[in-house]
Amino acid sequence: MSTVTDTETFVRLLTRHGDDNTVIGQRLGEYISRAPELEEDLAIANVSLDHIGVAMHLYEYAAELEGGDASVDGYAMLRTERDYMNALLVEQPNTDFAHIVVRGFFFSLYQTLLWEQLASSADERLRGIAARALKEATYHQTHYRRWLVTLGDGTDESHAKVQRAVDGLWRFTAELFEPVDGDGMLIDAGVIGDVSAVKGRFDASVDAALEEATLARPTDPFQATGGRTGMHSEYLGHLLAEMQWMQRTYPGATW
Amino acid sequence: MVTNEVPTAEEIRWLLEQVVDPDIPVVSIAEIGILRDVAVSPEGDVVVYITPTYSGCPALGVIEEDVVSVLTEAGINSIRVEIRHFPVWTTEWLTTEAKRKLANYGIAPPDSVLAVVPEVLCPQCASDSTAKVSEFGSTACKSLWVCTSCREPFDYFKAI
Repeated sequence: MSTVTDTETFVRLLTRHGDDNTVIGQRLGEYISRAPELEEDLAIANVSLDHIGVAMHLYEYAAELEGGDASVDGYAMLRTERDYMNALLVEQPNTDFAHIVVRGFFFSLYQTLLWEQLASSADERLRGIAARALKEATYHQTHYRRWLVTLGDGTDESHAKVQRAVDGLWRFTAELFEPVDGDGMLIDAGVIGDVSAVKGRFDASVDAALEEATLARPTDPFQATGGRTGMHSEYLGHLLAEMQWMQRTYPGATW
Repeated sequence: MVTNEVPTAEEIRWLLEQVVDPDIPVVSIAEIGILRDVAVSPEGDVVVYITPTYSGCPALGVIEEDVVSVLTEAGINSIRVEIRHFPVWTTEWLTTEAKRKLANYGIAPPDSVLAVVPEVLCPQCASDSTAKVSEFGSTACKSLWVCTSCREPFDYFKAI
């Protein structure tokens, strides 16, 4: 990481993306055994594992840079919701299968654009983590997009449910492309790209998929934000409580 | 191996042929492309470089332990396993031998990553009349297929 002088900013970037992946991984984990078909249970478990793996590699790198007591488990298990910097989208609940598909569709599309930029990072280790994650996110995107079209262009009931999910989750998409404090320095150093610059590509891909799925993008312009500064919706605290209680009740427990 | 001599990288590689992918125990980590490099210092300190397949592959931890235990048993004391994230692992790194072993084991080997529509042959009857059942399978590296000739379901090692 020779190109960046401010380690703290770089650590925050790594943990922020680690947090996105931890939270979506945990959310998907909750759903295993509840999918509408066995193959989808396999898919959800696999996608969840990909995300947990990405989080682990990012946290590992962050912990090495931060030094001291910093550790992968410490980042995941011992920080509160105000410390988590994940986007609001990933903490949204598993309301129904349509919500899982739409959340996964938006998020995997964002991640393909993000990893594509980071796969040419000036930082070699981040470049490797991103290039591998890009392959995985692309696969997720194909899967979720297929479901989006199948459900949208399906029965009246599936169409209504997936449209409701689009209406409910669209408001969490702009945040993904908002600049975060410190980004400018990392962009100047060539460590990251400017994610706000690919929002147009995101919108175009969303519109194309929605059209194919006979769905409509909501007209309500409201967009929620705050996740990147630790201001979360009520759902994250519950997720973390479920995920962290064991480590907090029995500190340092291993198996 | 004589313990008081400094081993060569070739000897280490030979020893590491015993380390297999725990999910697919017929292929070694060298054949599947996970083992990237071996370095031995003049003092005999051994560094083994491995590259993860999928981000969340739980086999990685087991492989690290197996590398250390195989080399320890051979009398090597100073062993470090380093994760090399870049360049990224690809199924193009699988050897021809690895692909043959996968097929014999009942897993259809990956086609070229450049193939728009992969050629997936049934590992039981070699028919090319096969269909994808599920994009995701029992491990991150595989998808679930079925042969429409002999009706056997099978895993396909995804090309990435």
